[in-house]
Amino acid sequence: MHELQVTEQILEVALKHIEGQNVSRIVNIYLRIGDLSDLEEEWIQHYFDYLSKGTLAEDAKLKIEKVPIVLECEDCGANFEVSKQELGEANCPDCEDEESSWNLISGREYTVTNLEVV
Amino acid sequence: MDEIRLIEVKQDIHADNEAVANELRKQLAEEQTFLLNLMSSPGAGKTTTILSTVAALQDDLRVAVIEADIDSIVDAEKVAAEGISAIQLRTGGFCHLDASMVKRGLDGLDLGSLDFVIIENVGNLVCPAEFDTGAIKNAMILSVPEGDDKPLKYPLMFSVCDVLLVNKIDYLELSDFNLEVMRERVLRLNPKLQIFEISAKTGAGVQEWADWIRREAGAFISS
Repeated sequence: MHELQVTEQILEVALKHIEGQNVSRIVNIYLRIGDLSDLEEEWIQHYFDYLSKGTLAEDAKLKIEKVPIVLECEDCGANFEVSKQELGEANCPDCEDEESSWNLISGREYTVTNLEVV
Repeated sequence: MDEIRLIEVKQDIHADNEAVANELRKQLAEEQTFLLNLMSSPGAGKTTTILSTVAALQDDLRVAVIEADIDSIVDAEKVAAEGISAIQLRTGGFCHLDASMVKRGLDGLDLGSLDFVIIENVGNLVCPAEFDTGAIKNAMILSVPEGDDKPLKYPLMFSVCDVLLVNKIDYLELSDFNLEVMRERVLRLNPKLQIFEISAKTGAGVQEWADWIRREAGAFISS
Protein backbone atom coordinates (compact mmCIF):
# COMPACT_ATOMS: atom_id res chain seq x y z
CA MET A 1 0.00 0.00 0.00
CA HIS A 2 2.96 2.31 0.51
CA GLU A 3 4.66 1.20 -2.69
CA LEU A 4 4.71 4.72 -4.11
CA GLN A 5 6.92 6.16 -1.42
CA VAL A 6 9.21 3.15 -1.35
CA THR A 7 9.53 3.34 -5.13
CA GLU A 8 10.46 7.02 -4.95
CA GLN A 9 13.22 6.08 -2.52
CA ILE A 10 14.49 3.30 -4.80
CA LEU A 11 14.67 5.73 -7.73
CA GLU A 12 16.38 8.37 -5.60
CA VAL A 13 18.99 5.92 -4.28
CA ALA A 14 19.68 4.57 -7.78
CA LEU A 15 20.09 8.01 -9.36
CA LYS A 16 22.32 9.18 -6.54
CA HIS A 17 24.67 6.24 -7.02
CA ILE A 18 25.24 6.84 -10.75
CA GLU A 19 26.23 10.48 -10.30
CA GLY A 20 29.68 11.03 -11.80
CA GLN A 21 29.91 7.41 -12.95
CA ASN A 22 29.54 8.17 -16.67
CA VAL A 23 26.33 6.15 -16.96
CA SER A 24 24.08 6.46 -20.00
CA ARG A 25 21.24 4.45 -18.46
CA ILE A 26 20.34 2.03 -15.68
CA VAL A 27 19.36 -1.42 -16.94
CA ASN A 28 18.58 -3.34 -13.76
CA ILE A 29 18.16 -2.42 -10.12
CA TYR A 30 18.72 -5.25 -7.65
CA LEU A 31 16.80 -5.15 -4.40
CA ARG A 32 16.58 -7.30 -1.29
CA ILE A 33 13.18 -7.05 0.38
CA GLY A 34 12.21 -8.92 3.52
CA ASP A 35 9.16 -11.18 3.49
CA LEU A 36 7.65 -9.25 6.40
CA SER A 37 6.93 -6.31 4.11
CA ASP A 38 3.62 -6.18 2.32
CA LEU A 39 4.96 -4.75 -0.90
CA GLU A 40 3.43 -5.92 -4.15
CA GLU A 41 6.22 -6.45 -6.65
CA GLU A 42 4.00 -5.78 -9.62
CA TRP A 43 2.97 -2.40 -8.24
CA ILE A 44 6.50 -1.37 -7.44
CA GLN A 45 7.47 -1.91 -11.08
CA HIS A 46 4.37 -0.01 -12.29
CA TYR A 47 5.12 2.93 -10.04
CA PHE A 48 8.76 2.79 -10.99
CA ASP A 49 7.97 2.93 -14.72
CA TYR A 50 5.84 6.00 -14.06
CA LEU A 51 8.26 7.81 -11.76
CA SER A 52 11.41 7.09 -13.77
CA LYS A 53 10.17 8.57 -17.05
CA GLY A 54 12.68 11.07 -18.40
CA THR A 55 15.45 9.93 -16.03
CA LEU A 56 18.45 7.69 -16.67
CA ALA A 57 16.52 4.94 -14.92
CA GLU A 58 13.70 4.92 -17.46
CA ASP A 59 12.92 1.34 -18.59
CA ALA A 60 15.09 -0.13 -15.82
CA LYS A 61 13.82 -3.41 -14.39
CA LEU A 62 13.55 -4.02 -10.67
CA LYS A 63 15.01 -7.39 -9.73
CA ILE A 64 13.69 -8.29 -6.32
CA GLU A 65 15.26 -10.93 -4.13
CA LYS A 66 12.89 -11.81 -1.30
CA VAL A 67 14.59 -12.41 2.04
CA PRO A 68 12.92 -15.07 4.18
CA ILE A 69 11.82 -14.44 7.75
CA VAL A 70 14.41 -16.08 10.01
CA LEU A 71 13.97 -16.31 13.77
CA GLU A 72 16.48 -17.15 16.46
CA CYS A 73 15.21 -19.12 19.45
CA GLU A 74 16.03 -17.30 22.70
CA ASP A 75 16.34 -20.60 24.57
CA CYS A 76 18.62 -22.71 22.39
CA GLY A 77 19.89 -20.18 19.84
CA ALA A 78 18.71 -22.22 16.84
CA ASN A 79 17.82 -20.28 13.70
CA PHE A 80 14.71 -21.27 11.80
CA GLU A 81 12.71 -19.99 8.86
CA VAL A 82 8.98 -19.29 8.99
CA SER A 83 6.40 -17.86 6.64
CA LYS A 84 4.66 -14.62 7.53
CA GLN A 85 1.46 -16.55 8.19
CA GLU A 86 3.20 -18.88 10.67
CA LEU A 87 4.89 -16.09 12.57
CA GLY A 88 2.31 -15.69 15.32
CA GLU A 89 2.42 -19.40 16.11
CA ALA A 90 6.05 -20.22 15.36
CA ASN A 91 7.78 -22.80 17.54
CA CYS A 92 11.47 -23.57 17.62
CA PRO A 93 11.93 -26.88 15.74
CA ASP A 94 14.92 -27.82 17.91
CA CYS A 95 13.67 -27.40 21.46
CA GLU A 96 9.96 -27.55 20.55
CA ASP A 97 9.23 -25.39 23.56
CA GLU A 98 5.87 -23.74 22.94
CA GLU A 99 6.65 -21.06 25.49
CA SER A 100 10.00 -20.05 24.01
CA SER A 101 10.36 -16.62 22.47
CA TRP A 102 12.62 -15.56 19.64
CA ASN A 103 14.37 -12.66 17.96
CA LEU A 104 13.92 -11.62 14.37
CA ILE A 105 17.15 -12.24 12.42
CA SER A 106 15.94 -11.32 8.94
CA GLY A 107 12.75 -10.46 7.10
CA ARG A 108 12.66 -6.67 7.38
CA GLU A 109 15.28 -5.89 4.70
CA TYR A 110 14.71 -2.99 2.31
CA THR A 111 17.96 -2.62 0.46
CA VAL A 112 19.11 -1.53 -2.96
CA THR A 113 22.04 -3.89 -3.43
CA ASN A 114 23.38 -3.30 -6.94
CA LEU A 115 22.78 -1.50 -10.18
CA GLU A 116 23.52 -2.77 -13.67
CA VAL A 117 24.26 0.15 -15.94
CA VAL A 118 25.59 0.91 -19.40
CA MET B 1 26.21 -2.60 -27.68
CA ASP B 2 27.68 -1.09 -24.54
CA GLU B 3 28.86 -3.49 -21.92
CA ILE B 4 26.83 -3.72 -18.75
CA ARG B 5 28.70 -2.58 -15.64
CA LEU B 6 27.84 -3.26 -12.02
CA ILE B 7 27.64 -0.50 -9.43
CA GLU B 8 27.52 -1.66 -5.85
CA VAL B 9 24.99 0.24 -3.74
CA LYS B 10 24.03 -1.63 -0.54
CA GLN B 11 21.82 1.18 0.75
CA ASP B 12 18.77 0.75 2.91
CA ILE B 13 15.78 2.32 1.20
CA HIS B 14 14.60 3.68 4.53
CA ALA B 15 18.00 5.16 5.46
CA ASP B 16 16.92 8.76 4.84
CA ASN B 17 13.79 8.35 6.96
CA GLU B 18 15.78 6.68 9.75
CA ALA B 19 18.21 9.61 9.75
CA VAL B 20 15.38 12.15 10.12
CA ALA B 21 13.76 9.98 12.83
CA ASN B 22 17.01 9.80 14.82
CA GLU B 23 17.45 13.55 14.48
CA LEU B 24 13.91 14.06 15.82
CA ARG B 25 14.60 11.84 18.84
CA LYS B 26 17.68 13.93 19.60
CA GLN B 27 15.62 17.11 19.42
CA LEU B 28 12.91 15.59 21.64
CA ALA B 29 15.53 14.66 24.24
CA GLU B 30 16.84 18.23 24.23
CA GLU B 31 13.34 19.68 24.53
CA GLN B 32 12.37 17.02 27.08
CA THR B 33 9.21 16.13 25.21
CA PHE B 34 7.98 12.53 25.13
CA LEU B 35 6.55 11.56 21.72
CA LEU B 36 4.19 8.60 21.35
CA ASN B 37 3.08 7.19 17.99
CA LEU B 38 -0.42 5.69 18.18
CA MET B 39 -1.47 3.32 15.40
CA SER B 40 -4.53 1.18 14.65
CA SER B 41 -6.97 0.25 11.92
CA PRO B 42 -9.74 2.74 11.07
CA GLY B 43 -12.48 2.75 13.67
CA ALA B 44 -10.51 1.08 16.48
CA GLY B 45 -10.98 4.20 18.59
CA LYS B 46 -7.77 6.22 18.24
CA THR B 47 -9.38 9.63 18.66
CA THR B 48 -11.61 8.56 21.58
CA THR B 49 -8.61 6.87 23.23
CA ILE B 50 -6.55 10.05 22.82
CA LEU B 51 -9.33 12.14 24.40
CA SER B 52 -9.70 9.86 27.42
CA THR B 53 -5.90 9.50 27.78
CA VAL B 54 -5.34 13.26 27.70
CA ALA B 55 -8.18 13.77 30.20
CA ALA B 56 -6.42 11.36 32.59
CA LEU B 57 -3.06 13.11 32.16
CA GLN B 58 -3.71 16.78 31.73
CA ASP B 59 -3.21 17.70 35.40
CA ASP B 60 0.30 16.20 35.28
CA LEU B 61 1.57 16.71 31.75
CA ARG B 62 1.34 19.48 29.18
CA VAL B 63 -0.03 17.65 26.15
CA ALA B 64 -0.55 18.24 22.41
CA VAL B 65 -1.79 16.00 19.61
CA ILE B 66 -0.63 15.60 16.01
CA GLU B 67 -3.48 14.28 13.89
CA ALA B 68 -2.75 12.58 10.60
CA ASP B 69 -5.46 12.00 8.11
CA ILE B 70 -5.45 11.27 4.43
CA ASP B 71 -7.72 14.17 3.60
CA SER B 72 -9.93 15.41 6.43
CA ILE B 73 -9.67 17.51 9.57
CA VAL B 74 -12.52 15.84 11.50
CA ASP B 75 -10.26 14.32 14.17
CA ALA B 76 -8.30 17.51 14.83
CA GLU B 77 -11.56 19.42 15.24
CA LYS B 78 -12.80 16.84 17.73
CA VAL B 79 -9.59 17.06 19.75
CA ALA B 80 -9.42 20.87 19.60
CA ALA B 81 -13.07 21.04 20.74
CA GLU B 82 -11.90 19.49 24.03
CA GLY B 83 -9.43 22.34 24.50
CA ILE B 84 -6.37 20.26 23.58
CA SER B 85 -3.82 21.81 21.26
CA ALA B 86 -3.85 19.90 18.01
CA ILE B 87 -2.05 20.06 14.69
CA GLN B 88 -3.57 18.44 11.62
CA LEU B 89 -1.35 16.84 9.01
CA ARG B 90 -3.00 15.94 5.75
CA THR B 91 -1.00 13.12 4.25
CA GLY B 92 -2.51 13.78 0.83
CA GLY B 93 -3.17 10.16 -0.03
CA PHE B 94 -0.23 8.69 1.85
CA CYS B 95 -1.26 5.71 3.94
CA HIS B 96 1.16 6.41 6.80
CA LEU B 97 3.29 9.09 8.45
CA ASP B 98 7.04 9.20 8.07
CA ALA B 99 9.59 11.13 10.12
CA SER B 100 9.65 14.18 7.80
CA MET B 101 5.89 14.58 8.07
CA VAL B 102 6.07 14.28 11.87
CA LYS B 103 8.85 16.85 11.87
CA ARG B 104 6.53 19.28 10.09
CA GLY B 105 3.91 18.64 12.78
CA LEU B 106 6.39 19.15 15.61
CA ASP B 107 7.68 22.36 14.01
CA GLY B 108 4.16 23.75 14.38
CA LEU B 109 4.20 23.13 18.15
CA ASP B 110 6.08 24.91 20.91
CA LEU B 111 7.96 21.86 22.21
CA GLY B 112 9.57 23.85 25.01
CA SER B 113 6.17 24.19 26.68
CA LEU B 114 5.09 20.55 26.13
CA ASP B 115 5.86 17.35 28.05
CA PHE B 116 3.98 14.89 25.91
CA VAL B 117 2.87 14.75 22.27
CA ILE B 118 0.70 12.00 20.82
CA ILE B 119 0.73 11.28 17.10
CA GLU B 120 -2.50 9.83 15.78
CA ASN B 121 -1.17 7.95 12.77
CA VAL B 122 -3.24 7.13 9.67
CA GLY B 123 -5.76 4.34 10.34
CA ASN B 124 -4.06 1.30 8.83
CA LEU B 125 -2.34 -1.78 10.28
CA VAL B 126 0.08 -2.28 7.38
CA CYS B 127 2.00 0.78 6.23
CA PRO B 128 2.55 2.74 9.47
CA ALA B 129 4.42 -0.28 10.87
CA GLU B 130 7.13 0.12 8.25
CA PHE B 131 8.04 3.76 8.87
CA ASP B 132 9.91 5.11 11.87
CA THR B 133 8.18 8.36 12.87
CA GLY B 134 10.85 9.50 15.31
CA ALA B 135 8.59 8.67 18.25
CA ILE B 136 10.12 7.55 21.55
CA LYS B 137 7.53 4.77 21.97
CA ASN B 138 5.01 3.11 19.68
CA ALA B 139 1.56 2.00 20.75
CA MET B 140 -1.25 0.35 18.85
CA ILE B 141 -4.92 -0.27 19.47
CA LEU B 142 -6.70 -3.50 18.66
CA SER B 143 -10.41 -3.17 19.32
CA VAL B 144 -12.52 -6.16 20.34
CA PRO B 145 -14.88 -6.01 17.31
CA GLU B 146 -11.87 -6.45 14.97
CA GLY B 147 -11.26 -9.97 16.26
CA ASP B 148 -8.44 -11.82 18.05
CA ASP B 149 -6.90 -13.07 14.78
CA LYS B 150 -5.37 -9.71 13.80
CA PRO B 151 -1.89 -10.58 15.18
CA LEU B 152 -1.81 -13.41 12.63
CA LYS B 153 -2.73 -11.10 9.77
CA TYR B 154 -0.58 -8.08 10.64
CA PRO B 155 2.42 -9.52 12.49
CA LEU B 156 4.77 -6.63 11.73
CA MET B 157 2.54 -4.06 13.43
CA PHE B 158 2.36 -6.15 16.61
CA SER B 159 6.14 -6.68 16.47
CA VAL B 160 7.15 -3.01 16.31
CA CYS B 161 4.97 -1.71 19.17
CA ASP B 162 5.87 -1.22 22.83
CA VAL B 163 2.25 -1.17 23.94
CA LEU B 164 -0.96 -2.84 22.84
CA LEU B 165 -4.23 -1.29 23.96
CA VAL B 166 -7.10 -3.75 23.67
CA ASN B 167 -9.94 -1.26 23.31
CA LYS B 168 -13.73 -1.60 23.54
CA ILE B 169 -13.53 -4.31 26.20
CA ASP B 170 -17.11 -3.35 27.02
CA TYR B 171 -17.96 -5.29 23.83
CA LEU B 172 -16.32 -8.50 25.05
CA GLU B 173 -19.56 -10.14 26.14
CA LEU B 174 -21.09 -9.60 22.73
CA SER B 175 -18.20 -11.08 20.78
CA ASP B 176 -16.23 -14.31 20.51
CA PHE B 177 -12.97 -12.42 20.99
CA ASN B 178 -10.73 -14.58 23.17
CA LEU B 179 -8.42 -12.40 25.25
CA GLU B 180 -6.22 -15.31 26.30
CA VAL B 181 -5.72 -16.55 22.74
CA MET B 182 -4.93 -13.04 21.58
CA ARG B 183 -2.50 -12.47 24.45
CA GLU B 184 -0.68 -15.69 23.65
CA ARG B 185 -0.46 -14.78 19.96
CA VAL B 186 0.90 -11.26 20.46
CA LEU B 187 3.40 -12.25 23.14
CA ARG B 188 4.85 -14.86 20.80
CA LEU B 189 5.35 -12.10 18.26
CA ASN B 190 6.64 -9.62 20.78
CA PRO B 191 7.45 -10.89 24.30
CA LYS B 192 8.19 -7.37 25.57
CA LEU B 193 4.80 -5.97 24.56
CA GLN B 194 2.86 -4.26 27.38
CA ILE B 195 -0.85 -4.97 27.15
CA PHE B 196 -3.61 -2.82 28.63
CA GLU B 197 -7.28 -3.68 28.39
CA ILE B 198 -9.30 -0.52 28.13
CA SER B 199 -12.58 0.99 27.12
CA ALA B 200 -11.87 4.52 25.99
CA LYS B 201 -15.60 5.17 26.07
CA THR B 202 -16.36 4.02 29.65
CA GLY B 203 -12.89 4.88 30.94
CA ALA B 204 -12.19 1.33 32.15
CA GLY B 205 -8.46 0.61 32.33
CA VAL B 206 -7.49 4.08 31.13
CA GLN B 207 -5.81 5.02 34.44
CA GLU B 208 -3.38 2.08 34.21
CA TRP B 209 -2.47 3.09 30.66
CA ALA B 210 -2.09 6.73 31.72
CA ASP B 211 0.18 5.58 34.58
CA TRP B 212 2.41 3.83 32.06
CA ILE B 213 2.72 7.08 30.07
CA ARG B 214 3.49 9.04 33.25
CA ARG B 215 6.27 6.57 34.11
CA GLU B 216 7.74 6.42 30.62
CA ALA B 217 7.49 10.18 30.01
CA GLY B 218 8.97 10.85 33.45
CA ALA B 219 11.89 8.49 32.78
CA PHE B 220 12.50 10.03 29.36
CA ILE B 221 12.32 13.62 30.56
CA SER B 222 14.67 13.01 33.50
CA SER B 223 17.16 10.97 31.45
